[in-house]
Amino acid sequence: MFDFLEGYDVLGAFWTTVQLTVISAVGSLIWGTLLAAMRVSPVPLMRGFGTAYVNIVRNIPLTVIIVFTSLGLADIFGVTMGSGDFDVRGFRLAVLGFVAYTAAFVCEAIRSGINTVPVGQAEAARAIGLSFSQTLRLIVLPQAFRSVIGPLANVLIALTKNTTVAAAIGVAEAATLMKTMIENEAQTLLIGVVFALGFVVLTLPTGLFLGWLSKRLAVKR
Amino acid sequence: MTSVLYDAPGPRAKRRNVLISVIFLAVLALLVWFVWDAMNEKGQLEWALWKPFTQSEAWTTYLLPGLANTLKAAALAMVIALPLGAVFGIARLSDHRWVRLPAAWVVEFFRAIPVLLLILFANEAYDRWANVTTEQRQLYAVVTGLVLYNASVLAEVVRAGILALPKGQSEAAKAIGLRKGQTMRSILLPQAVTAMLPAIVSQLVVIVKDTALGGVMIGFTELLNSRATLAAFYANVIPSFIVVALIYIVLNFILTSFASWLEKRLRRSKKSTGAVLSAEDMEELNPAAVGGSFGTGGEGGGLPGSRTYT
Repeated sequence: MFDFLEGYDVLGAFWTTVQLTVISAVGSLIWGTLLAAMRVSPVPLMRGFGTAYVNIVRNIPLTVIIVFTSLGLADIFGVTMGSGDFDVRGFRLAVLGFVAYTAAFVCEAIRSGINTVPVGQAEAARAIGLSFSQTLRLIVLPQAFRSVIGPLANVLIALTKNTTVAAAIGVAEAATLMKTMIENEAQTLLIGVVFALGFVVLTLPTGLFLGWLSKRLAVKR
Repeated sequence: MTSVLYDAPGPRAKRRNVLISVIFLAVLALLVWFVWDAMNEKGQLEWALWKPFTQSEAWTTYLLPGLANTLKAAALAMVIALPLGAVFGIARLSDHRWVRLPAAWVVEFFRAIPVLLLILFANEAYDRWANVTTEQRQLYAVVTGLVLYNASVLAEVVRAGILALPKGQSEAAKAIGLRKGQTMRSILLPQAVTAMLPAIVSQLVVIVKDTALGGVMIGFTELLNSRATLAAFYANVIPSFIVVALIYIVLNFILTSFASWLEKRLRRSKKSTGAVLSAEDMEELNPAAVGGSFGTGGEGGGLPGSRTYT
């Protein structure tokens, strides 16, 4: 019944999906935190930049961004991402696109987390003479991160699903393989179920684990 | 909150802020110059490449039909997904286990799958088992994929909207002797729909963004797909990307602004019970163009599985 799987590297494709997800997640967490810091900073110019970035990037479809990295960045501007190999280049371009896009949502999640930290915390920090970056680094962000694990988990799950968009530029991940298989094999329904379950397996444990973690780490107030 | 993080700047802080601003501006300027220079070098700034967008032909032949298809697919998906989502959302609140559980499974299943897989699958299914023309098939596939995903997201919105109503509403309905169905129909749903409106409008942004997938992956001639045809004709890859991105930004910005205006209005209104599902929550919790799991604010981020079904 499952002989249609022969000759296709389904696990390999999902492994690429996982790699895309993890690398993009780390990248967008860093860039998103920086953006969030800019959005609450005392320098108006930085606040403006952060706001503009988030509002612009959030309103562009991810597909447009991913296709642009390939047709625009790579083909026109000759950005090779340090590799001449077509597959490696596509992978890295996709990661670049995912980081640029997901960071906007990470930024919004963290900013909402900052808003959940009681005003007294920041006031106390200022009262003992901490600077803005000290207040943010030592007092506010550690508490904010604990309360945004839930929203960030949602962003991560969304990112996992979004990595399928990399199929638009031919990265050999799950959706690309599904498209090939579904066109060449007769068992349309079974192939659909296999790939759907693959994503359920990827997203469900992440959701359960991070949900448990966010309850455990939530600041009791 | 923002201003709580730092004191009102004194003379030293003011000087420091100016210094940081100047440095940041320099970095930004460098970045802009770098991009400008790269575009200039590759000849993407030449007026010949931008000129088509000032003439009607590029718009009437390529962009506007594409935009029309984008809007058509998005509108169809929304119109079909909404009642479907309402049915599943209400089913999840049912008193009967055998209604509640299957509804929950369906909703959680379709929320966990990337919308792209649903579109690809629907496309192949229509190709094999339905007698439709290519153009119809592409539209149907995109709409089917979007409906399956967004109906399950909207089911959660409906559920959250109903749960956000004050308990007194259903208690009062019970007290005057209404049946379960009557309570839902004449008391809970009308109020929940108003509470959900901002969230529904912001879900439209997600749908609009997702239509672009159909353009690239199955050849549906929406805006992003028309961009490719246009760029092939005028050989203006970068300008066409910029113009198309701007169209998306303006369109989605209008929708987002409308959602927050609606939310503000609803919150102010004295008639409502004050239960409003905010568009802002919705965006934070349902972040992605192609996916994103919606969580109800009251539950602290609705992770799949983090709530109990029973």
